[in-house]
Amino acid sequence: MTAVAESEAAERRASEEPRASEEPLLRTEHLRVHFPIMRGLVFERQVGAVRAVDGVSLDVRRGETVGLVGESGCGKSTMARAVIRLVNVTDGEIWFDGQEITAARGEQLQRLRRRMQMIFQDPYASLNPRMTIGSMLAEPLRVHRLARGPEAAKRVRELVEVVGLPRSAVNRYPHEFSGGQRQRAGIARALAVRPDFIAADEAVSALDVSIQAQIINLLAQLQREFNLTYLFIAHDLSVVRHISDRIAVMYLGEVVELSPSRELYDRPLHPYTAALVSAVPIPDPAVELRRRRMILVGDVPSPANPPSGCRFHTRCWLRRELDNPERCVDELPALRELQPGHRVACHFAEELTGTRRRDELITAAAGHSSGRTTAPDEVVTPESVAPEADDGFFAPGGPPGAEPHA
Amino acid sequence: MTDVAVAQPTASQERSVGLWTDAFRRMRRSPSAIIGGAIIVFFVLVALLAPFIAPYDPTRGDLGASYLPPGPEHWFGTNVQGQDVFSRIVFGSRLTLGIAVMSVTIGVSIGAVLGALAGFFRGWIDAVIMRSVDIMLSIPGLLLAIAVVSWLGRGVLQVAIAIAVVNVPIFARILRGSLLALRDADYVVAARSVGVGGPSLLVRHMLPNAIGPLIVQATLALATAVVDAAALGFLGLGPPDPRTPEWGTMLSDTYRYLTDAVHLAFFPGIAIVLAVLGFNLLGDGMREAIDPRLRR
Repeated sequence: MTAVAESEAAERRASEEPRASEEPLLRTEHLRVHFPIMRGLVFERQVGAVRAVDGVSLDVRRGETVGLVGESGCGKSTMARAVIRLVNVTDGEIWFDGQEITAARGEQLQRLRRRMQMIFQDPYASLNPRMTIGSMLAEPLRVHRLARGPEAAKRVRELVEVVGLPRSAVNRYPHEFSGGQRQRAGIARALAVRPDFIAADEAVSALDVSIQAQIINLLAQLQREFNLTYLFIAHDLSVVRHISDRIAVMYLGEVVELSPSRELYDRPLHPYTAALVSAVPIPDPAVELRRRRMILVGDVPSPANPPSGCRFHTRCWLRRELDNPERCVDELPALRELQPGHRVACHFAEELTGTRRRDELITAAAGHSSGRTTAPDEVVTPESVAPEADDGFFAPGGPPGAEPHA
Repeated sequence: MTDVAVAQPTASQERSVGLWTDAFRRMRRSPSAIIGGAIIVFFVLVALLAPFIAPYDPTRGDLGASYLPPGPEHWFGTNVQGQDVFSRIVFGSRLTLGIAVMSVTIGVSIGAVLGALAGFFRGWIDAVIMRSVDIMLSIPGLLLAIAVVSWLGRGVLQVAIAIAVVNVPIFARILRGSLLALRDADYVVAARSVGVGGPSLLVRHMLPNAIGPLIVQATLALATAVVDAAALGFLGLGPPDPRTPEWGTMLSDTYRYLTDAVHLAFFPGIAIVLAVLGFNLLGDGMREAIDPRLRR
């Protein structure tokens, strides 16, 4: 009897587990969110659109954290708001736990709200100043009829404790708390409905560095405790690094690279990612001394009028090094899987796959860029580059025999 | 040693301060709010205690004692009909405050509903309401009030309604504006993401945060209502009974004798000025106390 039950259970596990890991919790297909630009006072007409998110296909597996990084205005916040259905989708599909939710409304949307939550960037703006923390936390319980009366009060106390706020916080107003504490309250609100998925929109960007670490640790701990899946948005790679399993890099509404976290730092394949990674400080003075920062020239082009072909071509250092191939201007690069689990949208990403070639290119690019802020060329001699620095490409310096550049 | 004890209050001892309480505290520190509040409290007391304060019946005239200058018998003198000016001003405060409060209450109620509809639902509702508001605002306020009174007939309630009509578009516009600004506020989006929608979103999350400017405007509108009521009275559109002690009517009854009996115009004039000043000071003090830009 028990043996049968056990074997059945084992079978079920066996049949379920691969499926669970195969079917992502959240998946988007060519997701587009365009905001119309209207003109005219009485008779409004659309004269264009800001393409905040423009064809993003992304999957987030159960229990994992996907980091979403990019400069301000690249559409990452809109992406987060779109997947949890706070802004309307222009085109494409969103799948959540096997359901198509792109146009969910009414009952279905309300059920989704129970499973997907959001943590906001600005802890000063995201809490209703006229509501105590307690009534704010009780609200989702009431709306979704999860608990009432003393049971709801108990649940609110639990939430407050889970995020590390003092018990007395229940009866207090947001303005009585510091930024970090407010962010904890925001996290508690997101947890109130016991969601499966949380989009953290720059959840720590507005906080002091010391507080950032606390909040990130809290998020990581809550993930283990409640088996949460995160879409973690930040404009700062060093923040995302700690918490993400995989990282997607966005540029002007598109994902340009998607890769396991470690690999993205070690071997970025998109020139944009490479530039971002080069800006991350390394907590090692020896490496830091040799680190080459590539400063991208120019501003991010307007998402209302993005460049043709590859959107990054106007600022791309790799294209410059390769003598400006026309292909970048003419043809939109597809997001291709260049290495297992590592996808990149660049026609010339292969140039960066070989370590030697990459270092060469990067050294050259860093040398050409006027914004070189770290060590002068003379410091980087072939001898100074240890072989193990190979995988840390932010410690470039040409391989032996590399041409010193002017 | 005492510091340690003070630094660790138990949870029950900690008292939480809401934003309204906080705003009230600020107001108590603002000199203009205090002076304005004191003037208004004074007028309210006078209005409530009018029968005990006024030495004479305000409607009763004594033709034998008309045109008396201010003196110990009649503090503010008497008018053409021999009515005691002081008593008339004291009783007039009831009328003036009553009209002001009534008109602002009506105006705020209707204006807030319209503004909330426009600001919350947007779309064609917003377009219809706001265009109507624009049309109403394009008509000079006093002209509109005169039109309403001549349509509804004369009377205290009619005057209040006329002034309310003038105020409705202002309140509607203010509330709509604050609601629009709040629609994309993070905490409103957060409430939506938690599943709060419809009336609950408006009532629990948006209105409490949008109502501040409306309260300030309502206080300031009390001041203009006093002036408007006096103006309508002065133009002969006040209460139909000529014996009714209304400050504006008192002014218009006497301006022809201004050279002979300055006191007849002076005292009602002072009363109007003081009441307006009081509401304005109070409104300004409240604005400072409530204005979110001064917060954080």
